[in-house]
Amino acid sequence: MIEQFPVLVVAVSLISAYTILLAGWLNRKSCCFISIATVALQLILASFILYHVLTHGTIHYPLGGWAPPWGIEYVVDALNAYVLFILLFASLLVAIYSWRSVEKELPAKKTVSFYVLFQLLITGLCGITVTGDMFNLYVFLEISSLAAYALIATAGGRALKASYNYVIMGSIGACFYLLGVGFLYAVTGSLNMGDLMLLLPPLYGNRVVQAAFVFFVIGMSIKMALFPLHLWQPDAYTYAPSAVSAFIAATMSHISVYALIRVILSVFTLDFVMSYVGMDVAICWVAAIGIIAGSVLAIAQTNFKRMLAYSSISQIGYIMLGVGLAPTSIWGFFGAVAHILNHTIMKACLFLVAGAFIYKAGLHDIRDFRGLGRRMPYTSAAFTIAALAMIGVPPTTGFATKLFLMIATLETSSYAFAGVLLLNSLLELVYFGRLIERIYFLHGEPVPEPDGGVAEADEHELPHSMLIPIFIIASLCIIAGIFWLTSLGTPLIEPLSNLCAGVMP
Amino acid sequence: MVEPLSVIPLLVILCPALAAPLILLSSKHPNMREGWTIAAGLAMFSLIYSMIQRVLSGDVVDCVLFQTMFLDSHSPSGYLEIGFRVDAFGLIFALTSSSLWILVSFYSIGYMRSLREHAQTRYFFCFAFAIFGAIGVALSRNLVTMYIFYEILTVSTYPLVIHDQTEEAISAGRKYLAYLMTAGVFFLFGVIMVYILTGTTDFTAGGIEELSALAPTHKLILMVVFFCFLLGFMKAAWMPFHSWLPTAMVAPTPVSALLHAVAVVKAGVFGIVRIVCYIYGVDLMDSLGLGLVLASIAGFTMIVANLFAIAQDNLKRRLAYSTINQLSYIILGAALLTHDGIRGAMMHIPFHGYMKITLFLCAGAIMVASGKKNISEMAGIGRAMPVTMLAFSVGALGMCGIPPVVGFISKWYLCLGAYQASQVYSPVMIIFLFILLIASLLDVVYFFPIILVAFFKEPEDRDELMRIKEPSPFMVVPLAITALFSIIFFLAFILRPIGIVSPYIDVISLHIYDLVRTAVSGLALGA
Repeated sequence: MIEQFPVLVVAVSLISAYTILLAGWLNRKSCCFISIATVALQLILASFILYHVLTHGTIHYPLGGWAPPWGIEYVVDALNAYVLFILLFASLLVAIYSWRSVEKELPAKKTVSFYVLFQLLITGLCGITVTGDMFNLYVFLEISSLAAYALIATAGGRALKASYNYVIMGSIGACFYLLGVGFLYAVTGSLNMGDLMLLLPPLYGNRVVQAAFVFFVIGMSIKMALFPLHLWQPDAYTYAPSAVSAFIAATMSHISVYALIRVILSVFTLDFVMSYVGMDVAICWVAAIGIIAGSVLAIAQTNFKRMLAYSSISQIGYIMLGVGLAPTSIWGFFGAVAHILNHTIMKACLFLVAGAFIYKAGLHDIRDFRGLGRRMPYTSAAFTIAALAMIGVPPTTGFATKLFLMIATLETSSYAFAGVLLLNSLLELVYFGRLIERIYFLHGEPVPEPDGGVAEADEHELPHSMLIPIFIIASLCIIAGIFWLTSLGTPLIEPLSNLCAGVMP
Repeated sequence: MVEPLSVIPLLVILCPALAAPLILLSSKHPNMREGWTIAAGLAMFSLIYSMIQRVLSGDVVDCVLFQTMFLDSHSPSGYLEIGFRVDAFGLIFALTSSSLWILVSFYSIGYMRSLREHAQTRYFFCFAFAIFGAIGVALSRNLVTMYIFYEILTVSTYPLVIHDQTEEAISAGRKYLAYLMTAGVFFLFGVIMVYILTGTTDFTAGGIEELSALAPTHKLILMVVFFCFLLGFMKAAWMPFHSWLPTAMVAPTPVSALLHAVAVVKAGVFGIVRIVCYIYGVDLMDSLGLGLVLASIAGFTMIVANLFAIAQDNLKRRLAYSTINQLSYIILGAALLTHDGIRGAMMHIPFHGYMKITLFLCAGAIMVASGKKNISEMAGIGRAMPVTMLAFSVGALGMCGIPPVVGFISKWYLCLGAYQASQVYSPVMIIFLFILLIASLLDVVYFFPIILVAFFKEPEDRDELMRIKEPSPFMVVPLAITALFSIIFFLAFILRPIGIVSPYIDVISLHIYDLVRTAVSGLALGA
């Protein structure tokens, strides 16, 4: 029964996308609810998958009954079950949030197309996550990318240019990936990941295989906006509708990272990455430079969403640094995997808050944020928690990542990377600290209160459908941080270290 | 030795943690809100007090919150545990902070209401969180737990520092965060290095053995890590990284009193003593030559901070520099690496806490009653506010180490420690005895003029002075109590040998002397 779930997750989503189109024709208001219901269903399926994978091991599902090397196979192990769960959880929160946010930000006639595209985007991302086939992955990559280009463009105006840039860069990235797939197919004649893993080792010395690997890395680096291939990303995040920025920042970049990790671990091996192409050190350095550069650029921004976009570039660097450290330290890989969850939570929270500030007060520029702490106390509190998490104050999610990666860097005596991590938490302090300062403390003369209590909070700060997702995700910043500190994450360690060691699932 | 686990430390830490949201919820009812603070303070203090007997009998109170995923060679479960282990030294700090929190809470009520301060809910909320951090630091069982609470302490005190929300306060807040968060970064590096090098971060009386075993081969790394810890404990305000502390004096006075004389800065020196005695261990410190280095830093700070203090006219700033000086007494005590030195250092944590808080509370009382902040304006104020200024004089005498105030006792032990160090380690160490004495002399130079001005100098405007009265009892009573205790601790030391009274005396003096003896004997130092 549960073996069917991976394909159901994708199929349900795809069918729902067309249902939304038809339903939207009849009643525009129904779109959002169909989307929420679908994502909720998918999330339930994903939690069953996650539970099954952690207790019973990997799920293999050959599509249409065709045996794997010829047919398409869906393979779900601990890593992608985990990523799928995160993806759908974030999708659910964003879907709930989008109800009122989209109503306000987009013209009514675009609502239907928004939800169709949104559901298609989720379809694509779910597909990337569950598939065990190189070419199938490309197909879903294109589905999700096309949906994302269109979603960004729905905002109109400057978003059109941003979307156009993204189309160009994204297509280049996808082409790189496709070239890599082609190269591998040329030398092995197979597209199945598990099969490729068996066929490739004798060919590791082959230049075509090595070139294919480099193509994968570059292609996915563009997709995930790894510095210095991030140029499309700040504009896209800044000008997209808030719900879209939140969704893309929180999930899409991480799915690209996941795809790269999958290619590195399940098609190639860490041994190949280290001994044949020597990319692990290169990835580490690029990531380290990206971490610092992203933060420095973020400090220079005055637009809140743009600042968050640059901060994402820096945070993607964290994940890639962990990936780069994976061959030498399991905690590096674990940190990367943990940070996929952590960054999803933190960035989703921050972008949702950014959307809330725009929704309620129309504020884009951080210089106008004075006194928001009084006007929107709940949203500001959520922002503060997420900002503290980004800085890495224990016991939040950011601290957990920092701890894992610090252990990994020091275990391998890479003091330079440890320095980068520590320096970056100070840089984060600079750009989030100034915001906290503005939101709460900078409002000129202190206002004396006769009764000594706080000023009345605005009764209707935000609609509940926006406030509740923000609340949930902000509290997760702390809960997940504590989760990673406890031993509850232990069930993930064994499958992940097997994956690192190249044990076939 | 597997001790049964106890929930008391967890309950202790829950008191402020639960009080904080309750304070937030009852923001519209100031009396109820302050009620939560007081209730949490009393509950926490009695819980901590209840652990004294167990700790004195040689036990430690163990409390594991949860295990992490990291292996740990020392813990019984084999994994690094987040939790508490209450030993005598931790208890000393916890007792100091929690007892003073109750007094300062009363004082805060008087202070905040007299000045009709804004954002009082935020103030009490952050205060509870700061105490949460400080007590967590005191009770934590290993470096990782300590780091977590240490950072919480930094973050939660930031809104208190910039409470006024003036330009000055905000730039002070920036400076505060810049210094202390940077410190946190170094601390984290040190913690993880210790973990990587030894496979554990548990506090072990006498130092972690695996770390000492590395001394012959990893000398440089051990020294670098030690300096990272030292930078990490920038909260101890040793020079040249002290300037955040005088700047932070823009905070409301109760904050300066409890946090910047007790909880925050003491967390810094507490950490340094922990590192010296429970991570590195005295022998390793000596073989790396770090004792002398640390002692030199402390000695330098003591003298220079006192010279700075003389130049200050703002009373709170002068007290801030005096704090910097006194904190280095504690660092020096630990750095001497001798029995009496460490004993003096441990004693000075509570004693300095009580004396310095008296001084700060007096400074706040003067400000509330008269609006005066500078010493030069305080001529004759002793006649208008006799209780406050008497308490101030007690605190000042204690700072100078003059009996019958308890400052004398810790200083006496520090001097003994310096002498011992010169006997055990190298004759050069005798220089620190002189530094101690010179610093005490300088203390006199800047504290006595205050007393002199307050009591004996003719005020310029007699009518204005007549209008000044003692502030509300909420403020005067706590400062009188702390002053009184500064003397009681001294009397306790004298009277303890008398068999009949000693049980009562010990109860009143919070068993500090016994706790210090237990803590020091656990370190297994030579005489």
